Amino acid sequence: MVVLWTDALIYLLIVVMLALGWYLRGKEHIKRPLQQIGNSKIGMVSLVVLLFFVLIGLLDSVHFKPEDDKKNEIISLLDAFAAPLREHGEKTYSAPFATTLYSKEMMMQSDGSMQWGYPRLEFGGSHLEAPETQLMPDILQKAAYGLVQGLGLMGLLLTISLLRRGNAARPEHCQRVLAARGADKASAKAIWQVLLIVVPLAAALIHLSAYYHVFGTDKVGEDVFYQAVKSIRTGLVIGTLTTLIMLPMALIFGILAGFFRGWVDDIIQYIYTTLSSIPGVLLIAASILMVQVYMANHEAAFTSVIVRSDMRLLFLCMILGVTSWTGLCRLLRAETLKLREMEYVQAASALGVKQGAILLRHILPNVMHIVLISVVLDFSSLVLAEAVLSYINIGVDPASYSWGNMINGARLEMAREPIVWWSLTAAFAFMFALVLAANLFADVVQDAFDPRRSGNE
Amino acid sequence: MIQYIIRRLLYSLPLLLGVNILTFVLFFVVNSPDDMARMQLGQKHVTEQAISNWKQQHGYDVPLLWNSAAEGKNKIADTIFYQKSVGLFLLRFGISDSGRNIGADIKERAWPSLAVALPTLLIGLLVNICCALMMVLFRNSYLEQAGIVLCVILMSVSSLFYIIGGQFLIGKELRLVPISGYDDGLEAIKFLILPVLIGVFSGIGSGVRWYRTLFLEEVEKDYVRTARAKGLSETQTLFRHVLPNAMIPILTGVVVVLPLLFMGSLIMESFFSIPGLGSYTIDAINSQDFAIVRAMVFLGSVLYVIGLLLTDISYTLVDPRVRLS
Repeated sequence: MVVLWTDALIYLLIVVMLALGWYLRGKEHIKRPLQQIGNSKIGMVSLVVLLFFVLIGLLDSVHFKPEDDKKNEIISLLDAFAAPLREHGEKTYSAPFATTLYSKEMMMQSDGSMQWGYPRLEFGGSHLEAPETQLMPDILQKAAYGLVQGLGLMGLLLTISLLRRGNAARPEHCQRVLAARGADKASAKAIWQVLLIVVPLAAALIHLSAYYHVFGTDKVGEDVFYQAVKSIRTGLVIGTLTTLIMLPMALIFGILAGFFRGWVDDIIQYIYTTLSSIPGVLLIAASILMVQVYMANHEAAFTSVIVRSDMRLLFLCMILGVTSWTGLCRLLRAETLKLREMEYVQAASALGVKQGAILLRHILPNVMHIVLISVVLDFSSLVLAEAVLSYINIGVDPASYSWGNMINGARLEMAREPIVWWSLTAAFAFMFALVLAANLFADVVQDAFDPRRSGNE
Repeated sequence: MIQYIIRRLLYSLPLLLGVNILTFVLFFVVNSPDDMARMQLGQKHVTEQAISNWKQQHGYDVPLLWNSAAEGKNKIADTIFYQKSVGLFLLRFGISDSGRNIGADIKERAWPSLAVALPTLLIGLLVNICCALMMVLFRNSYLEQAGIVLCVILMSVSSLFYIIGGQFLIGKELRLVPISGYDDGLEAIKFLILPVLIGVFSGIGSGVRWYRTLFLEEVEKDYVRTARAKGLSETQTLFRHVLPNAMIPILTGVVVVLPLLFMGSLIMESFFSIPGLGSYTIDAINSQDFAIVRAMVFLGSVLYVIGLLLTDISYTLVDPRVRLS
């Protein structure tokens, strides 16, 4: 097993979240908003979609070197599952579900003569004898097979969960208990509905992708579906690790500035005003240029492509973190200024509680809702920002998979006739699904945790 | 008032000094000029002679902070920090790594940037406020629900999609306007329609949501209830009472970005090949011209500081409760 830097940080993030969950379990003031999220249909549906993305991202974050390995490359669990997708490269562009290449070529016929036409793909639909007639029925048949597989899996899960609930209640009342539960848990139904759509669809896609290039292939013949799925990790890493990196800085500086005021406040305010007065894109551009120079001059430290792109991803997260902590810091400072004048804080300091204890016990827990809301809100904008930055060449490494790189690579092909639309469509569709789910979830979280909003519900 | 402005200007000096030192550290300490020279001249097989030639050509062949070889005042003046960074305070941007005069370039390219950014901002403001007012007027109805959902969907689409889609649909398929390009004078209008349209459209989602929350906050207040109790209709209260009061945060939010409009938008300008400062920056990033990027970073922060100053002044103009002191 090989642990890359971003992998390690992802594991750290998971540990931190589990620890937080363990610490907060059963606390009444956390339970209420969590229940509100749980009762919200939109919230649960978007959470399921997000978790689906996270699952793929996690699979892609466990890296190892395969045993029978000659090229000395590092692959992830996802790569191992999707081995056919990774290895089935064509020569160049091909449309989704195509059996021939996108452009005409001179082909050698079996009798030795040359012919001008569309050559068959090496892998996509290569099991078909006569693609013209067999293609549609075969696609439908394979899709139906995948759907049935997925539905079967879901049916199994549904039965298990029903049986478990049924065992809890008396068998003859099973039906009624279920109905009662269903009534006050409309969101549970919504979850099952989403799962019933997502899982069979995913199963069908997986089954089809073994025989066809579902989203076509790109310029060098790489499967676009594989690229889009691999890009999920990059998007998630940028959305989450950036926050992980900037959070300690924003929390410590914001609370200290608000609590101690005086010269501490002045210095911290000076730092964040200075940083925020530089337009974000330009600061990122300047920093990335410097990282490029550094990496070019220290080539020895970055031996393999995946290590290099991983380091650059980490640098990008750090830089985005440095440019984005100022907003949260300002909010936290304002909130702490308000909190330190509250009666309970005054009482604590009158009783002789040490300043450190007041900060940890009384101030920190009471600003956590701001942190949570801004973390969730920032996620989607970071995912979108990645695409834009990659387009200006100051994003992730050009060799790594990301939606920004896919868009960047495909945008010039819009001028071709007939146009190559599939790379762009796949990248935008995946990105849209992730960002929409994140935005919807962020709204629900904000409604649940923001005290200003809960009043008018 | 004058006193306040002078004090604010003095207060912004340490800010700009901080930005200056930060860029200096970023560009000259993290990587030495030798590294930059090697990067510019190609990675391998670069002789020491070529590096020192490049450094001399671009004025990087002096010490960073303290020149002990020089005499008297020149101990400070003959350094990279003095020559490259202090000049920025007087808006002397110097010569780019490819030998062009950055100051002249900026003067020339600021106007096309403004020609795109200003209409985008104004039309966008108008459209966003109208949509937000509509949603507040029809609050608690299906129209508002649909509006909220539409906003979230519009927000979730990448801005690149709007640009590529717009160029493809309006420019290539319908052939209504040229896909990209720029011209001087009034001829420029036909090139500006598409970027402005797309810029406005891609801002609708987040803009309308933001203005809607502003209006909703205002609608809850006591004076609005009084206005309704007086017998004013819902539209009258909205336009005569809520809108002027909600304009205060909106206006000050706009004022802060006004100076930054000169900088233009990086993506829009490069997609539509408008010769503004945004595409200037992108070209500099792609050709790794450090002098230009450094100048743009400083210019950007100067404009931002000016924007903050203008915001404070505009507060006193639109809100009589705020007094500068």
